[in-house]
Amino acid sequence: MVPAELRYTKDHEWIRVEGDEAVVGITQYAADQLGDIVFVELPDTGRSLEQHATFGVVESVKAVSDLFAPIAGEVTATNDELGGTPEVVNSDPYGAGWMLRVRLANPDEVDGLLDAAAYEQLTAGG
Amino acid sequence: MRVAGDLQPTLFELGREGRGGGKIPHPPAGALDRIPAAAQRATPPGLPELSEPEVVRHYVNLSHLNYAVDTGFYPLGSCTMKFNPKLNEWAARLPGFAGLHPMAPDAVAQGTLELLFELEQMLAEISGMDAVTLQPAAGAHGELTGIMMIRAYHRSRGDTERQEVLVPDSSHGTNPATASMAGFRTITIPSAPDGGVDIDAFKAALGPQTAAIMITNPSTLGLFERRIGELLEATHEAGALAYMDGANLNAILGRFKPGEAGFDVMHINTHKTFSTPHGGGGPGAGPVGVKAHLVPYLPSPRVVRADDGGYRLEAPGERPESIGRMRSFVASSAVLVRAYAYIRAHGASGLREVSDDAVLAANYLKHRVGEAYEIPFDRPCKHEFVASGAKLKGETGIRTLDVAKRLIDKGFHPPTIYFPLTVEEGMLIEPTETESLETLDAFADALIEIAHEAHDDPQLVKDAPHSAPVRRLDEATAARQPNLRWRGMTGSQTPCPD
Amino acid sequence: MPYGPHTADDRARMLEAVGIPSVDALFEDIPEALRASPLRLDDPEPELNLAARLQRLAGRNRVDLASFLGAGAYRHWSPPTVDQMLLRGEWYTAYTPYQPEVSQGTLQSIYEYQSLLAELTAMDVVSASHYDGGAATAEAALMTCRATRRTRLLVSRGVHPHYRQTLRTYADGAGLDADDIPLVQDGPLAGTTDLEALERLLADPDRPVAGVVVAQPSILGLLEDMPEVGRLAHAAGALFVSVIEPVSLAVLAPPGEYAADIAAGEGQPLGIPLNFGGPYLGIVACTDALVRQIPGRLVGLTTDLDGQRAFVMTLRAREQDIRREKAASNICTNQALLALAASVYLATVGPHGLRDVAALGAARASELEAALAAVGAPRIHEAPYLNELVIRVPDARAVHARLLDRGVLAGIPTADLLPDEPSLADGLLVCATEVTTAEEIERFADALRDELRAGDTSASRTEPVAGGVR
Repeated sequence: MVPAELRYTKDHEWIRVEGDEAVVGITQYAADQLGDIVFVELPDTGRSLEQHATFGVVESVKAVSDLFAPIAGEVTATNDELGGTPEVVNSDPYGAGWMLRVRLANPDEVDGLLDAAAYEQLTAGG
Repeated sequence: MRVAGDLQPTLFELGREGRGGGKIPHPPAGALDRIPAAAQRATPPGLPELSEPEVVRHYVNLSHLNYAVDTGFYPLGSCTMKFNPKLNEWAARLPGFAGLHPMAPDAVAQGTLELLFELEQMLAEISGMDAVTLQPAAGAHGELTGIMMIRAYHRSRGDTERQEVLVPDSSHGTNPATASMAGFRTITIPSAPDGGVDIDAFKAALGPQTAAIMITNPSTLGLFERRIGELLEATHEAGALAYMDGANLNAILGRFKPGEAGFDVMHINTHKTFSTPHGGGGPGAGPVGVKAHLVPYLPSPRVVRADDGGYRLEAPGERPESIGRMRSFVASSAVLVRAYAYIRAHGASGLREVSDDAVLAANYLKHRVGEAYEIPFDRPCKHEFVASGAKLKGETGIRTLDVAKRLIDKGFHPPTIYFPLTVEEGMLIEPTETESLETLDAFADALIEIAHEAHDDPQLVKDAPHSAPVRRLDEATAARQPNLRWRGMTGSQTPCPD
Repeated sequence: MPYGPHTADDRARMLEAVGIPSVDALFEDIPEALRASPLRLDDPEPELNLAARLQRLAGRNRVDLASFLGAGAYRHWSPPTVDQMLLRGEWYTAYTPYQPEVSQGTLQSIYEYQSLLAELTAMDVVSASHYDGGAATAEAALMTCRATRRTRLLVSRGVHPHYRQTLRTYADGAGLDADDIPLVQDGPLAGTTDLEALERLLADPDRPVAGVVVAQPSILGLLEDMPEVGRLAHAAGALFVSVIEPVSLAVLAPPGEYAADIAAGEGQPLGIPLNFGGPYLGIVACTDALVRQIPGRLVGLTTDLDGQRAFVMTLRAREQDIRREKAASNICTNQALLALAASVYLATVGPHGLRDVAALGAARASELEAALAAVGAPRIHEAPYLNELVIRVPDARAVHARLLDRGVLAGIPTADLLPDEPSLADGLLVCATEVTTAEEIERFADALRDELRAGDTSASRTEPVAGGVR
């Protein structure tokens, strides 16, 4: 079950649009695949992200994965709590495990993302 | 059970002010007066003070917590944990070898220079290459040396558009990491269902942008790349060079010489094929062999014949096209003394027997292990093979990790697990040629017994190991709150908070 | 085969089980056209004969000389505890501790090594080991580029030439620039890193610098103004790499005391034999801020399921087997056994013993300096030194060769070590440590006096007026 109100990428990021900003994180599926997450590297606030560009890295004990920006925009905030407690990405990926707030540069991009049903279909096969 | 020592306090907990001493004479008073105060240390280092008996007991007791080839069977695939001959340890410690300074003039170093020169010749013969450098300190270091030579080769021909290195998905992680360090982009080539490189995907990826391919043969699945001739031909037709990762050379001694077959460059892990000890992670040595067209780029200095019939090191700048130095000084000479002794002890016939016996033992063990686990690639293997615990996991929930940990209780070191990544629940098992039939059978019996346990008493397997000095570790906390050095204890057996 | 256990019967049983007539069947997948030509190597050599051959070769090396050679590798007393512990098979025949439950010995020993070197360098994080001083310095330089996302390195010409050359090879591979920082040519600071030049090199706004690499002591044995180097580097936003010699850190300010970001160096002096160049021990240490940039293995402290203290390899995602082309380095095999040697050495000599090693070396070097000056070969430089120094000897190469015939290895001609430093054309870099004896110093001084006199005589034959001038 993935939250219905979010949009998703095939790289397992989610976004939640809030006005002209969006919150970004990784899905429960991604967190489970990685296992115990031990480190999250996030960009500085103020950085401009291109859609699909790498914005950070998430590490577990035995795996590592790049993070890809679902949409273009400027980073307005990052989740500093992840520095001390990266494990919340495992325990609460859609809540306390959020990663970025981004000011949308091109809100139309959101429409191109997967909805919950499409994402669930994607991960059901894998 | 061979590993069952008691845990040890750290050196820092053992230390008491005022212990030790008596090793070094005290310097005369004022020895440091000519050193400006600003350059001197303000706070002495917090090193522990121990008596010699405590030091010895500490390290002997710690050693008991290790599993090693000298204590038992260590079938760690792709690592070639064969017996390390004791003569070689003796030889490396001969004062004439061990006491020789690396900057000593050639006239002082003739014995070691001769040995290194001869070893280069022997390795060139074994690998089918035209020349060998002994400089690299390990296999990955050899890879970097080889790929940098390939880059220098293309550059020297004005061929600067070659930016890509092709690497199969089953390769060692060092291959793509090496390509990156040498400034190349890695293109990963998928495997075909038979475990070999997918030739069509490979040919599609080759082009004028390809600098090199890196192939491990036999592969990390223990399989000989049957279409290697075709691969090499296509590579050279595209103007790229072929690098062979020689990690598995121990399987093909006297049977396949990569240089003869068409590879341009390869490294050799002396700590695998030629039995120099692994030392708990190192040292190794990674000699690199090349064909004639790459000789100008070999790292400097090389050992060469002197006009007087002796041996000398090349002078700086003697070979201007050299990629330069890969390290300080000459080579890991004491490792190479051991490799030299190993090759001479075996000779041509013995080296061939090494591979024959290693391959026979692996095929025998594959046959035995196949009684209880799937063997994904049903064809003769070389020195190692992959077994899969996927079916067992499906039936019992027991993962390969659990099987590996349970092997510890049965007195064996686990095989390499979850590598290559291309096999689900994989175990890469390498028996080597120095294990007796009785040992091979006992190991196979243990693996089969564990498969039964997984059905009958899965919790027993899940909780393994039961008899090791420690149980499974909390690796997540270790990585989340890294404690990488001693800073004093806050209470007994409690890691300090930082 | 000398080390194989299989009898003919064993082999027959294995062949039968596999269902093949001969082992050749297992190699049929090698295409016929590509099968090897016969190995042209000698016959197997019985152990007795091989031992004699090895002894003969070892005997051809001359290790009986009165040696004053240092230049990056140093003679020291290694207490027998070191080698006797290393000879235990549980240490040297184990591999990388991938299975921590049966590798706590190796893991704890590496954690202790990291801790001992952290104390010695006053740095936060120490890697489990690198190949040697040259490779460690190169890796440290690459770290500064990853951390700053800049591509230019400044390397003092006072850094060991082998380290500089290694660094250049690595930098070239990674597409980075490595520029030299020159040495001061004359005056009281002659031979030390030219800090005014460093400031100028750092000031180019179009070519920002990632890392500044300076050695303490320098290859000429001189002590540099490391705090000032750090200040200049940091003011330009660059990181500061200090190339260290570990024994000296018992008495010299450690890199952590002068704000170095990374320390790199050669651990051979910590009880490891000269071995004609290796295996040695590359040291890389850094601040906590750089922990995710450090290449190589790291061991951390944790607990097992029962809460028992235990050690494990950690922060593994930096490494090549997980991160592949994005790894911090391609390093896999390291020098774990040499790190163990360094730890046993430090545990055996202790903090006071280590200080005695460093201070006694300095005292012997003072005696050496005085003895050589007295026979007409004074120090070239004025800057302070610890235990290695350059003396002025006209026609140094020839004198060096003649001293060798007299059983004295008179260091190394600076013209061979640093051919591109014209001010050092007439020098010998010589070194003393705690194992240098008064007799050896006397033998060196006597032989040098004779050679210099002979030189004077021959010179006076050709140039009667100038020949006597010194």
